[in-house]
Amino acid sequence: MMTTEAGRPVLTLRPDFATFAAWIRPGSSVLDLGCGDGILLRYLEDKLDIRGYGVEIDADNILACMKNGVNVIQNDLEAGLSGFEDESFDYVILSQTLQAMRNTEYIIREILRVGKEGIVSFPNFGYWKNRIQVACGNMPVSSNLPYQWYDTPNVHLCTLHDFEQLCQQHRVNILERRVTNNDGKVSFSPNLFGILAFYRISHIPD
Amino acid sequence: MATQDFDSIGIVSARRAHFDTPLSLRSGAVLDNYELVYETYGELNAERSNAVLICHALSGNHHVAGVYADNPKNTGWWNNMIGPGKPVDTRKFFVIGINNLGGCHGSTGPVSINDRTGKRYGQDFPLVTTSDWAKTYIRFADQFGIDRFAAVMGGSLGGMSAMQLALDAPERVRHAIVVAAAARLTAQNIAFNDVARQAILTDPDFHGGDYYSHGTYPRRGLRLARMLGHITYLSDDSMASKFGRELRNGALAFNYDVEFQIESYLHHQGDKFADLFDANTYLLMTKALDYFDPSLDYDGNLSAAFARAQADFLVLSFTSDWRFSPERSRDIVKALLDNKLNVSYAEIPSAYGHDSFLMQDDYYHQLVRAYMNNIAI
Repeated sequence: MMTTEAGRPVLTLRPDFATFAAWIRPGSSVLDLGCGDGILLRYLEDKLDIRGYGVEIDADNILACMKNGVNVIQNDLEAGLSGFEDESFDYVILSQTLQAMRNTEYIIREILRVGKEGIVSFPNFGYWKNRIQVACGNMPVSSNLPYQWYDTPNVHLCTLHDFEQLCQQHRVNILERRVTNNDGKVSFSPNLFGILAFYRISHIPD
Repeated sequence: MATQDFDSIGIVSARRAHFDTPLSLRSGAVLDNYELVYETYGELNAERSNAVLICHALSGNHHVAGVYADNPKNTGWWNNMIGPGKPVDTRKFFVIGINNLGGCHGSTGPVSINDRTGKRYGQDFPLVTTSDWAKTYIRFADQFGIDRFAAVMGGSLGGMSAMQLALDAPERVRHAIVVAAAARLTAQNIAFNDVARQAILTDPDFHGGDYYSHGTYPRRGLRLARMLGHITYLSDDSMASKFGRELRNGALAFNYDVEFQIESYLHHQGDKFADLFDANTYLLMTKALDYFDPSLDYDGNLSAAFARAQADFLVLSFTSDWRFSPERSRDIVKALLDNKLNVSYAEIPSAYGHDSFLMQDDYYHQLVRAYMNNIAI
C-alpha cells in the first residue's frame, strides 16, 4: 500500500484516486494536467506501472513533483499543449482542474488531441448542499469548494448536466461516468447527490 | 569580511590523465595522444555507481568546486552547487570535473606543445566537437572503471556536452542534467560567436594563431570578444538595475574615456578574461558551440536524433536568459517527450540572464537537490 510522507495511505486521503486507477490500463502512458504535487502519478506508477508525466505551472508543485520522483513539465495549460504530439498518450487526466481553467473548451480539445482518451474530474456544482446555499443567498463553501467567492481560483464551475451539454456540442464521446459522494458511488439522481464527477471521454471522429 | 563556506569541499587539487590511444576526431584529424586535467570530489563507491561528470561551459574548466591550497581565493566555478550537503552532494556522489580537450587550463589544447613540431599547436590544433569530448569522457570513465555515470551535468555548452554524451554513449549515462542549454544554436547565437571570433581573428597580434612564437597576444580581440559575450550573458533588466546610466565621475566628460559604469564593468571583465584565457581555445570553444546539432545526421529532426538516448533528463532554463532561451530548452524537452524518455522541465524565474545557471538561487538549487536525491546509487 502506498502511503504519503505523513505515513497515511494515499487512498484514505484521496479516495478519488481509486477511480483513476480503475479506468487506467496497467503499463499505459498518462499525462496529468495540473498534476499538483504529483502524488496521483506516483500512485499510478507504483500501482499500475504506467509511464507518467505531469504538467504544472506552480513552482512549489514542480518542486514537490521532483521530490516525489515523478516527471513534471512546466507548462501553462491555458496556452494549450503545444509541446505534445497528437495521440501521444493513452490517457490525459484533468483532475479537479477544469473548473479553474479559463479556456475550458480549448483544454478539452487539447486533451482529446494529445490523449487517446481523456479523464476529467470536477466538483459538481449541482450538489444539493451547494444548491441550498445558493437558495439561501450565498455562494457555496464546502470541503470540496473551500474558497470564498472573492478568492476562488474556480472560474468555471458546472453541474453534470452542464458538462454533458458541452460534450454534446463539441463532439466529445462520454465513454464512462462515475459520480461519488463521501460514501462512494452515487447512482440515484447524481446531479443532485454527487459531489465529485469523473468522465472518461474520447473524441468522436469527424 | 570573508565568510567561511562550511559546505565547501575545501582544499582540492588537479590531477592529470594521459591517453595514448589515438583519438579520431569528427573533423577527420587524429590526435596520437593527449592529456586531460581533472579534479574529483567525494569517493567512488565500491560498485562505481555514484560518479557524476560535470561538463564545463565556454570559459570553464575542471576546477568545479573547492579551493587550492596555494590560492584560497580561486574557488571552483560551481562551488555553490557541488560539495558536502550541497545540491550535488559529494557525500553521496563522486564528482568529476574535466578540462575539455582543446582547453587552456592544462588539458591538451592549442597552447600545448605539438610533439611533431616541437612548437605550440596554435591553429594547428584540430577543431574539436562535443562528440569528440564525449569520446574523451568515455575513455576517462574507462580508466576509472566507471561503466555508467550516475549523472552527467552541465550548463550552457556544458549542458550540450552532457546531452551529447547521453546520445553518443546511451548505455553509459543514467541521468542527464541539462541547464540553460539548447538543442542547437540559433542563427542569432552563431552570429554572436562569429563577431567574437572576428574580433580575435582580425587582431593584428593574432598572427594566424601563432602569436606564441611572435611574442604577441591578441589581447584586444579577446577582450572585445569577452565584452560582447558578457553583454549576452546578462539581461537588460539586470544591467539596468546594477548599472543603470550611472556615471563613473558623476558628470559627462565629452570624450571617449570610460564614462558610464557599465563601460567600466565591461572593460574590467574583458581585461580580467584576456589575462587568463587563451585566444585559440576561445575560438575553438565557440566553434564547438556552433557545430553542436544532434539533428544534423537526422535531416534536422531532433526527435529522431534523440531516439537513441536512454537516460532520464532534467532540463532547466531561466526566464531572463535570452542567449539560451527557455524556448530552446523546450525543443529539447519535446524531443525527449516524443521518445517517451523520462524528463522533467522547469523554467526558473531569474533576472540574471544566461549567467543565472552559475548563481546561487534557492529554487534552482532545491530542484537540483530534489532530483539528485532521487538518483539511486
